Amino acid sequence: MSRILLQADRLDMRHGATPVLSDVSLAIRSGEIVTIVGPNGSGKSTLLRALVGALPPAGGRIERAPGLRIGYVPQTLVVDPHLPMTVARFLNLPHRVDAARADAALTRAGMAPHAQSQLGTLSGGQRQRVLLARALLSDPEILILDEPTQGLDQPGSAAFYRQIEAIRGETGCAVLMVSHELHVVMSASDRVICLNGHVCCEGHPEQVASAPEYRALFGTGTGGALALYRHEHAHHHHDHDHEAAE
Amino acid sequence: MFFDGFLLRAGLAGIGVALAAGPLGCFVVWRRMAYFSDATAHASILGVAMALAFDVPIFAGALLIALGAAFAVSALSDRGASSDTILGVVAHSALAFGLVAVSLLPTVRIDLMGYLFGDILAVTRTDVALVWGGAVLVLALLAWRWSALLLATLSPDLARASGVSPDREQLVLTVTLAIVVACGIKVVGALLVGALLLIPVSTMRPFCRTPERLGALAAGLGGLGSAVGLWSSYVLDVPAGPSIVCVLSLGFLASRVVVLVRP
Repeated sequence: MSRILLQADRLDMRHGATPVLSDVSLAIRSGEIVTIVGPNGSGKSTLLRALVGALPPAGGRIERAPGLRIGYVPQTLVVDPHLPMTVARFLNLPHRVDAARADAALTRAGMAPHAQSQLGTLSGGQRQRVLLARALLSDPEILILDEPTQGLDQPGSAAFYRQIEAIRGETGCAVLMVSHELHVVMSASDRVICLNGHVCCEGHPEQVASAPEYRALFGTGTGGALALYRHEHAHHHHDHDHEAAE
Repeated sequence: MFFDGFLLRAGLAGIGVALAAGPLGCFVVWRRMAYFSDATAHASILGVAMALAFDVPIFAGALLIALGAAFAVSALSDRGASSDTILGVVAHSALAFGLVAVSLLPTVRIDLMGYLFGDILAVTRTDVALVWGGAVLVLALLAWRWSALLLATLSPDLARASGVSPDREQLVLTVTLAIVVACGIKVVGALLVGALLLIPVSTMRPFCRTPERLGALAAGLGGLGSAVGLWSSYVLDVPAGPSIVCVLSLGFLASRVVVLVRP
């Protein structure tokens, strides 16, 4: 039976005096992939930071399973071109790790050939995979990713999410990620939480995408994302009336 | 006769400052703190004025005010005000107040140029001891925190996730920067100490694949540049600080040429 790894109970978060999140409750169970979607400024990153313990809650509680190993992947890694650093060295910061373990993490993230590459010369997608490898070093029970495909094109994002799904399949770790590309993460997500200062709606990706709360936030005519989704949806169910109504 | 003369003392002081400035300069460059280091250095002139007014050692006054300015700037930047604007305001006002304060001192006649651009004639045995003490302290702090500093520089979020506090590492840099500024005043002067932090690092960057090598080569180049610069300043009878910076700049140009022509 899956157990609860990470739980927020009536969480309130503030930035100075401004409330960012209010009354957010959620639970992540072992082995599931949960995606948080929400518009800019909806508190997605704040929620992740609170969950990993980087920000103290203003109210409510966060519970982590005892000894929970978290692998955290930040949005981006900005490397000053004046900073010489190989991928392998980066994995050994701040403490030296076992070489076999580092190799295994790089292989799992698809970056094994780049161990001796300079961080500054990598593409955005490669850098994201290096961050993923770093997060895998601790053999995490849960991977937490903050908009991991920001700045990647759509094929790049899709490939990255496939890798995440494969890692979940191999290691059985839970995955919690923030994304604004619902259509791209949908196939890889077991559950979607739509956030806008509070939890608007949550559930199976298809339920969320058709929920009125989600549509109110992202609009029905916002082009690409939703249109793509409906297109697939229509084909899947042969629901031509729905498509015709567009 | 050279070996216990003022030139030797100045050379030792210059090399001492440069050795500490090399590795520290790496972080100043990597973290885009160039303006921050300038603000700290300019503020130290106010410290010089206050040290003269209250009859305490120049080194202590400069160190105290440099520390104060560095902390003030850190605190103000954290509140979300545009960081380089705040730095500019602090840097220029501290320098202006320092210059006015020095001119108002009734009894002392001091050579202001010496504090702005360095004064090799003024380097005493005590200064050499202070500079080397400061340099060793800075190098020890940086060596101790090296890996944590690198990680905090690359990503504060990842640092936190690995149990490294980015704020604490910033504190290490703030303190070491103030020490290097206080040490560097007599050698290169408050206006040019920033050059000692930036130029050796950017000169050596193309020839390094690891951060440690860059830190070491920057320290070495800074030391060499200080020695050559001081010697030129003695021979040509020009101010020490500017000579050192000129030598370092020529080295920088040479390195760019090497990068351009090498295959």
